[in-house]
Amino acid sequence: MRKALLSGNEAIARGAYEAGIQVATGYPGTPSSEILREIAAQYGAEIYAEWSTNEKVSMDAAAGAAYSGRRTLVTTKQVGMNVLADALLYTVYTGVEAGLVVVTSDDPGMFSSQNEQDNRWYARLAKIPMLEPQDSQEAKDYIIAGIELSERFDTPVLFRTGMRVSHSKTVVELGDRGASPEDVPPFVRNQQKYVCTAMWAKLRHPIVEQRIRDLAEYAETSPLNRIVWGDRSLGIITSGVTATYVREVFPNASVLTLGMTYPLPENKIRDFASQVERVLVIEELDPFLEEQIRAFGIEVTGKELFPPCDELLPDTLQAIGVENGMISADKTVQPVNKEMAGLPPRTPVLCAGCPHRSTYYWLAKMKMPVAGDIGCYNLGCLPPFNAQHTMGCMGASIGVLHGMSIAGMPERGVATIGDSTFFHSGIPALANMVHNQSVGVTIIMDNGTTAMTGHQDHPGTDWTLHSKTAPRVPIEPLVRALGVKQVRTVDAFDVAAVKAGLDEALAYDDGPAVLITEGPCVQVTRPPLTDYAVDSDTCIACGTCFRLGCPAIIKSTEVNEKTGKRKAAIDPNQCVGCDMCRQVCPVSAIHGPEEAAQ
Amino acid sequence: MDQANILVAGVGGQGTLLASDILAEVGMRAGLDSKKSDVLGLSVRGGSVLSHVRWGSSVASPVVKTGDMGYMLAFEPLEALRGTQLMRKTGTIVCNMQSISPISVSSGDAEYPAWQQVESTLREAVSSVRFLNATDLAVEIGSPKVTNVVLLGAFSALFSIDESIWEDVVLQRVPERFAELNRAAFQRGRAAILEGTE
Repeated sequence: MRKALLSGNEAIARGAYEAGIQVATGYPGTPSSEILREIAAQYGAEIYAEWSTNEKVSMDAAAGAAYSGRRTLVTTKQVGMNVLADALLYTVYTGVEAGLVVVTSDDPGMFSSQNEQDNRWYARLAKIPMLEPQDSQEAKDYIIAGIELSERFDTPVLFRTGMRVSHSKTVVELGDRGASPEDVPPFVRNQQKYVCTAMWAKLRHPIVEQRIRDLAEYAETSPLNRIVWGDRSLGIITSGVTATYVREVFPNASVLTLGMTYPLPENKIRDFASQVERVLVIEELDPFLEEQIRAFGIEVTGKELFPPCDELLPDTLQAIGVENGMISADKTVQPVNKEMAGLPPRTPVLCAGCPHRSTYYWLAKMKMPVAGDIGCYNLGCLPPFNAQHTMGCMGASIGVLHGMSIAGMPERGVATIGDSTFFHSGIPALANMVHNQSVGVTIIMDNGTTAMTGHQDHPGTDWTLHSKTAPRVPIEPLVRALGVKQVRTVDAFDVAAVKAGLDEALAYDDGPAVLITEGPCVQVTRPPLTDYAVDSDTCIACGTCFRLGCPAIIKSTEVNEKTGKRKAAIDPNQCVGCDMCRQVCPVSAIHGPEEAAQ
Repeated sequence: MDQANILVAGVGGQGTLLASDILAEVGMRAGLDSKKSDVLGLSVRGGSVLSHVRWGSSVASPVVKTGDMGYMLAFEPLEALRGTQLMRKTGTIVCNMQSISPISVSSGDAEYPAWQQVESTLREAVSSVRFLNATDLAVEIGSPKVTNVVLLGAFSALFSIDESIWEDVVLQRVPERFAELNRAAFQRGRAAILEGTE
């Protein structure tokens, strides 16, 4: 038997391989991004994988592939599901010709998300099954089970992980590639099934209702839902990674672990509850299981003890268990050092050599209101810039800027958006500004990749996940074609050019203006370290270079004797020679390698 | 040795994730159940990175409870200090002495703790602390990039798991042309702890 230590995301990719999946689509988002990367890297010969322009496009493409007879996988992070949902909801009515599984990677604890939404509700809203693995072995197995369920019940299947399942590594037994057709048959012309026009969709709705009842019956005997009997004084109903915490913190309790969290096996739960003295429902985030179980008329304890916010980690379970007399306190291990107060924080920063730095340097100086967006450049909201005043979701910046403008805001506003995010959902908002004639500056910060999630491709890159070459959709002509009259592209590493471009755009008041700041992501170009240096005798400790917020610019031990302020120095282990600090220094105290050699 | 809870603490970009991958793999190769959990996300842009690695006959949670961590492999002293709050009092720490200033320090808003404070806090927190300047050792061998493998070599000396398993797993994870460099790095770190010359 072959064993491997796989992350949940790697195991999902392996599951796709073993389940005979042939098409995989998605848009990157933490903690889901590694699934398609792994599919392309390990199983690219068997599975076509692509980064689609956004989640909705990825879901429409998946629907088309599944209608055509290819087993298909879609991946998204939890908030991407909101974008994807419109497309998912029609596939609920149509069903599929071949298996279709949609993976949503939720983010309890908000390690890299704007909210903590619980995507189990989508299963209930859509009336389709939801599978939730607790570790990598189950992640692999449940993808295979999901494809089987999808084909058996003619339904899309939801599959949910959290950061802990997606990013933790556990041991997995590997299997072989399942059967999949080489060629697909001619497209099925079944209009009453696949055209969701009202008269036919009406006929499909009762089928959806019957299907979820059939699935609830299946859930009663499904091996996905299982009971491990222990002490009958305490019974716990749980799911996902939380089940692993429950086993650790309540080792003696009886536990019903639900691998399928929608629809619920009512009779199985009733039977379990009747055989234990007290039932706890322990679930991360919302009382999704709890409310349904209460509606069955079963008495349980849940959210009155276990908080709905943040991860529900073993520490929290332990504390609640002890406090309520469910486990004895002597098993708790006391922490050595409860508080490490006063340690300097290590917050994330724009990398040394980041092309976004010049834009936020000026926005911070000019102090205009900035509507921000999702990407590394969201770090522009932190010191030393503090130059971003709203941020909500992918593509929101341009729409919010439009709203600020039509509200009659007394200042000229700015939106900042990255290249991948612009393609994802910025384009319709910019077309809206043109059509509805609002004024404001959109800065498209084009670093040539989807940087924050691990440097994925997008329509503006000349490669794809599947192919080394691809036609690029160029941003400037696209913006002009939308009808934007004031458009300029500048080199992001030319600090003065960024300022000039910004001034010109801000002066334009006959509709929206666009400034494109172009400069490749430093993590992609990986320039070598270089010997920029500060001439300490010339440095006046004015602090201008510190306002670039570069991790390579550090406080020197030398001070300006008049002001007592510390001078600047450059950390040679971090500087990659982007040159911005040399450009902003008012006294020419910073030298690049050529000047130093002269 | 039948079970261990290990914290790997460091800064984004230091190679801590490769180290925690290797530790988890070593556990599996030694015939144990093995799990690991990393905290990623925005932390890769120069933030703190923490990984939990667990070995045992059967491991349930990939996350270790506070105070239940028996070992820490720290790539950076400030991160070692932060990590002590998870440690058992009877625990062991292997700590790299090379510090990396966070932006809060380099911008002058905060002070990096003095070395004496680092040392005394760590020694008070657990029963055994082994300091080594892994970055200097790595530079001596040929590249600061093998600092993480020097540290793994040092850490390996705390366990009875066969040395060949460690070497195998490390070498599997690095490009072949750097095999000798990494083998030397592993051996240097291991020798430093075994011979007490760190």
